[in-house]
Amino acid sequence: MNKVIGLSAALLMGGASLAFAENAAPSREGGYGLGRTALPEEIAAWDIDVRPDGQGLPVGAGDVFTGEELWIDNCAACHGDFGEAVDRWPVIAGGFGTLDGEDPVKTVGSYWPYLSTVWDYVNRAMPYGNAQSLSADEVYAIVAYIMYSNNLVDDDFELSNENFLEVRLPNEENFFMDDRAEVELAEFSKEPCMENCAESVEIVKRAAVLDVTPETEGGAAVVEMASAEAAPEPTPAADTGPDPALVAAGEDLFRSCRSCHQIGEGARNGAGPQLNGIYGATFAHADGFRYSPAFEAARDEGRVWDDEALTGYLMDPRGYLPNNRMAFRGLRDTAEAEAIIAYLRSAGGE
Amino acid sequence: MAKDNSFTPSRRQFLKGAAVTGGALAAGKVYAQAAPDPLITEMQPWTQYLGPGVDAAPYGVPSPHEAHVVRRNVPWLTADSVSSVNFTPLHELDGIITPNGLCFERHHSGVAEIAPEDHRLMINGLVDNPLVFTMQDIMRFPRENRVYFLECAANTGMEWRGAQLNGCQFTHGMIHNVVYTGVPLRLLLEEAGVKTNGTWILPEGADASGMTRSIPMEKALDDCLVAFKMNGEALRPEQGYPLRLVVPGWEGNMWVKWLRRIEVGDQPWHHREETSKYTDLLENGQARRFTWEMDAKSVITNPSPQAPITHGPGPTVLTGVAWSGRGTIPRVDVTLDGGITWHQARMSGPSLDKSMHRFYFEFDWDGRPLLLQSRAHDSTGYVQPTKEMLRHARGENSIYHNNGIQTWAVDENGNAENVEVG
Repeated sequence: MNKVIGLSAALLMGGASLAFAENAAPSREGGYGLGRTALPEEIAAWDIDVRPDGQGLPVGAGDVFTGEELWIDNCAACHGDFGEAVDRWPVIAGGFGTLDGEDPVKTVGSYWPYLSTVWDYVNRAMPYGNAQSLSADEVYAIVAYIMYSNNLVDDDFELSNENFLEVRLPNEENFFMDDRAEVELAEFSKEPCMENCAESVEIVKRAAVLDVTPETEGGAAVVEMASAEAAPEPTPAADTGPDPALVAAGEDLFRSCRSCHQIGEGARNGAGPQLNGIYGATFAHADGFRYSPAFEAARDEGRVWDDEALTGYLMDPRGYLPNNRMAFRGLRDTAEAEAIIAYLRSAGGE
Repeated sequence: MAKDNSFTPSRRQFLKGAAVTGGALAAGKVYAQAAPDPLITEMQPWTQYLGPGVDAAPYGVPSPHEAHVVRRNVPWLTADSVSSVNFTPLHELDGIITPNGLCFERHHSGVAEIAPEDHRLMINGLVDNPLVFTMQDIMRFPRENRVYFLECAANTGMEWRGAQLNGCQFTHGMIHNVVYTGVPLRLLLEEAGVKTNGTWILPEGADASGMTRSIPMEKALDDCLVAFKMNGEALRPEQGYPLRLVVPGWEGNMWVKWLRRIEVGDQPWHHREETSKYTDLLENGQARRFTWEMDAKSVITNPSPQAPITHGPGPTVLTGVAWSGRGTIPRVDVTLDGGITWHQARMSGPSLDKSMHRFYFEFDWDGRPLLLQSRAHDSTGYVQPTKEMLRHARGENSIYHNNGIQTWAVDENGNAENVEVG
């Protein structure tokens, strides 16, 4: 009885889903006449994609040596000097011979099928937090360095639109089209057992053994919500606090910093140290962050992050503290530094 | 009639373990109250005093007592929250629709913040007329409303080598199910006029990751939508406001958010998200590419590690969700004993193509440990495989498309744990 009801209900629902198709939005002969023609300049600005056959590759060239310099400036903070990666950022180089092992390392050299994918991705999405800022020559140079770091070319190699299609990545042949329909569907479409399907059942693996589940902090969430309702914005102290407009401008500028630096409640070290309390603190202030020897030396000298130090560092990180690892070229003017400092003080305390 | 049917399994258990179950049933039916309940006998403030008026919250928010119902992430999973994922709290939800604020997030370069008047959608490539649409243009095309699940291909990806995370939010929460309002992509492509050799499209996002995926034209013309509303209101920023692609039944990464361009081409582009990512590495070191369809899958959301049984023995509601990228879910089986005996669950709510389905199984818990599993059947006859069957077919390195049967072990106290059985 119950089964029959279930079946007719299913049929009714089947009818309901058919109704979607019956009432499909209608096509109109010749179109609706909506939108406008895209101008060639507009298409050129957005159509930056590159395919394995070379379609979309711009004219340009870059060599391994140039690529290495660009890499250190733009990529190494996350991906490591040699593509070995920092923390959990993607590994770019190595990993050969690991794909059929227990711990596959999927890099450009060991896994990626096409070099065009690397060019396209570096060009459209990198450097992280400053996308589409590289010139075509710079992208060629970085891709050349990635090839070099994967032992695919010698250090005198230059990659260009001329020789691009001569390059084949080692793992190209090891991809194949989805064949689940042929090799799995029959096996996974058998009528399953419903009764007496096993003699006995034992637990063979437990999540509690690993204990990697994040703690559930119900109480903390309640507090957070209540305080958000009561005070939507932290009000700066009337006398000495930074100018709110300056803080807002600094917050905007801080977007370029966010991919590496966290600030505010719960801020953790990432590719760069967390910045809570940096204003007025001694150099290398963040506990648990692996600082460069340059920063450690500055801390030992007792140098302090005051307005002058922060401004100097933000304007020219490499010149101000040589051999530090921050992958940022520096701000354009001191007004920007002033705004960022105001934001650091406001968001991260002093 | 329905009640009899749903209580049958526990009656069987009753026969096996008469003493324990008999006591449980007696305790479960009625219990005496020693003293009057002050919540009834004493005047409560909400009964006596006035509450907030209208407009206290112009955009309504859930009760403060529901403040624990939030998306959560797994901090160790990714290097940085800007390119990361959080998870839908499936164990706190019922029915089939995911509330907008609880739909899991996955961004590759953070949430793009775009004013709708600044948004453009371009169609270029192998078309007769390359076009640019404003949001206003898009809103003048005929629309459709359809309910679809969106599942990240990496959902349950942390469980390939064994039980790892304690909670269906973390093991299965990279999914949401939403009613979309949008323009069929077919109409926009017809407007531009696809050339005869236009066999693939490349949708592209406006965010700083410039997300791109290759999609065959057949799918683009079949059921894809360019959506601007979810559950009746504008897309949330984290879901692609003001415009996203809807690719029903296919892996979530293809549902490009902040959709700004669709290029028509004559071959796939093999971009980063369809080569280095979202390809399924098999045991022999070779990898499947273009594994778009999401296989049928289900999970019991209650009881589960974050939602233990707190009421003791007696009538117990087991519930969960099931879905398939190939159609509907006419049937879900559940077991209480790790797969020795299976029972058909009761489906409830709309059964829509490529949408989440809700199932229930009511039983009298006898207070003894349980090994809970659910097994989805989809409308093509596909039956959700065990994790062992999947590992046998693919090895342990695939990351993506893990749709194996999930087991929760419930102990005498009602606490649940993520386990695997053999």
